[in-house]
Amino acid sequence: MPDTARAHLVRTFTPTMLLTWAVLATLPFWVERVGLYQYLAVEVLIWATYALAFNLVLGHAGLPSFGHGAFFGIGAYAFGLAQFNIAANLWVCLAAALLAAGMAGALVGLFISHRRGIYFALMTIAFGQVFWFIAVKAHAITGGEDGLLRIVRLPVELGVAAIPLEDNLSLYYGVLAVFVLVSLGLWRLVHSPFGRVVKAIKQNEQRARFIGYDVWKAKFAVIVLSAALSGLAGGLFAMAQRSAFPDVMSLHFSGYIVMMTLVGGGLVSFWGPVAGVVAFLLARDLIGAVTTGWMLWFGMLFVVLVMFRPDGLAGIAAGLRAAIAPPPRAGGG
Amino acid sequence: MAPLFEARGLHLRFGDRVVLEDVSLAFPAGTLSGIMGPNGAGKTTCFNVLTGRYRPDRGQVLFGGRDITGMAPHRIARLGIARSFQLMNLFDEFSVFENVAVALPATRRRVADPVGRAYGEPATVAAAMAVLERVGLADRADQPAKSLPYGARRALEIAVALASDPQLLFLDEPTAGLGSDGRARLAELIRALKRHVTIVVIEHDMDFLFGLADEISVIHWGQVIARGTPAELKANPWVMASKLGDGA
Repeated sequence: MPDTARAHLVRTFTPTMLLTWAVLATLPFWVERVGLYQYLAVEVLIWATYALAFNLVLGHAGLPSFGHGAFFGIGAYAFGLAQFNIAANLWVCLAAALLAAGMAGALVGLFISHRRGIYFALMTIAFGQVFWFIAVKAHAITGGEDGLLRIVRLPVELGVAAIPLEDNLSLYYGVLAVFVLVSLGLWRLVHSPFGRVVKAIKQNEQRARFIGYDVWKAKFAVIVLSAALSGLAGGLFAMAQRSAFPDVMSLHFSGYIVMMTLVGGGLVSFWGPVAGVVAFLLARDLIGAVTTGWMLWFGMLFVVLVMFRPDGLAGIAAGLRAAIAPPPRAGGG
Repeated sequence: MAPLFEARGLHLRFGDRVVLEDVSLAFPAGTLSGIMGPNGAGKTTCFNVLTGRYRPDRGQVLFGGRDITGMAPHRIARLGIARSFQLMNLFDEFSVFENVAVALPATRRRVADPVGRAYGEPATVAAAMAVLERVGLADRADQPAKSLPYGARRALEIAVALASDPQLLFLDEPTAGLGSDGRARLAELIRALKRHVTIVVIEHDMDFLFGLADEISVIHWGQVIARGTPAELKANPWVMASKLGDGA
């Protein structure tokens, strides 16, 4: 019996987690040596944060959202608007991004938490388009197609001291701190009682209901949380770009996050989406350097993967690991 | 003594088809009641009304004297009513252990906890293992639910319902798809549970029910057409002649 107990006890820190953090922590020191650039590293972290937040809905709750760009974009706008209208303080602006996206998530969640499958997906597309349309048309607030410009990379205020995040390197470590916190928090969440119930609902909504779980509430909570964290990533993105534009809210960009997450193997792995983000951004820059039609090639890769390896890069990695050394027992990774 | 669970005058129609007509049932605490009838007689629909999946057009469902008519299934479940399903309804990606653990009241109480460890407490593990012990699945606790053989899945189906520590347990055709060996083992299991929890079993296998139930209600065409102890029903030539439930 203690065996069973141990098998279900999840460690706070896992090798994969520490390895991911370590690679990301050292990234600025070697990213230029391999022919890439600092800003790409910042982008990887922000999209990785976004992808983990998105995968809470897609991978862990099994809710296919094709409108998540809306929350990312709302976070970006909220960050900029808070900076201009409330206070030019990093904490205030990040809180605004988190809250605004969370509230948008709650609004959408009210309408879609009882939906499943294709109906859920269609509703998320519709809501995503509504928010994108508002962002384009509400010129007085969002600057329309011109976007919200002159957003400042605010320093980290710590009371006694302030750490500037102006250059890409310091911004990188600022974003890394957020990524570490978000990934640790989500890791705990997924293995918490709430997380396991969400996983149960994903597998069998009806049975979950008949063992006493309020399925609607659980889905609603997941949607709000995922939206809020996507908004947080959006706020960081506004800071990195020093601007906010409606394009990240388009159906296009909402599709990218789905692609990144699926390519990485978000359906089977917690860390898969991070690998997917790296693959996507590398393809954009490396194939994009050769041809403007890089998406054609990445799209074909996506199709092949979905057809032959629906569990994505994480699935391929697991397959390789198993081929090299058969694991004695499945772990909690 | 008032029965633990009572249904009064249930009516339900789908479109212009009447599926339940004036169905009244009572299940006293500590008994095992059977609901019998041929395929398509309305047994499962009746269960679905009793456990909150459908709301009846008319009639009342009472549990411990409390009106639970039309209450959401998760609320009914929390009051202490559990059910198993005729078509298996498990959490296939979970292990056998986790299928049961997620249904425990201890886990349910902590559903709003987003940071603590699920099943981290030894008491939770012990409670899940105790349920698996009762249905004879303890040694398979770590297997994925989807890898279990059919009979074991049937047992797990009941274990998930038992895990919520119900006062009243509804079993919907627990023997569906089982061979005579599996049936005998399942009858053994249900007989052992009978002492601890009030049970209602839907079956169309007459012999299975006759061996277990204290009282049986026979449903046909959406109506209760007979009610009595197994001995009484056996003596009822009309029930016997109709070969109710004789699937063949």
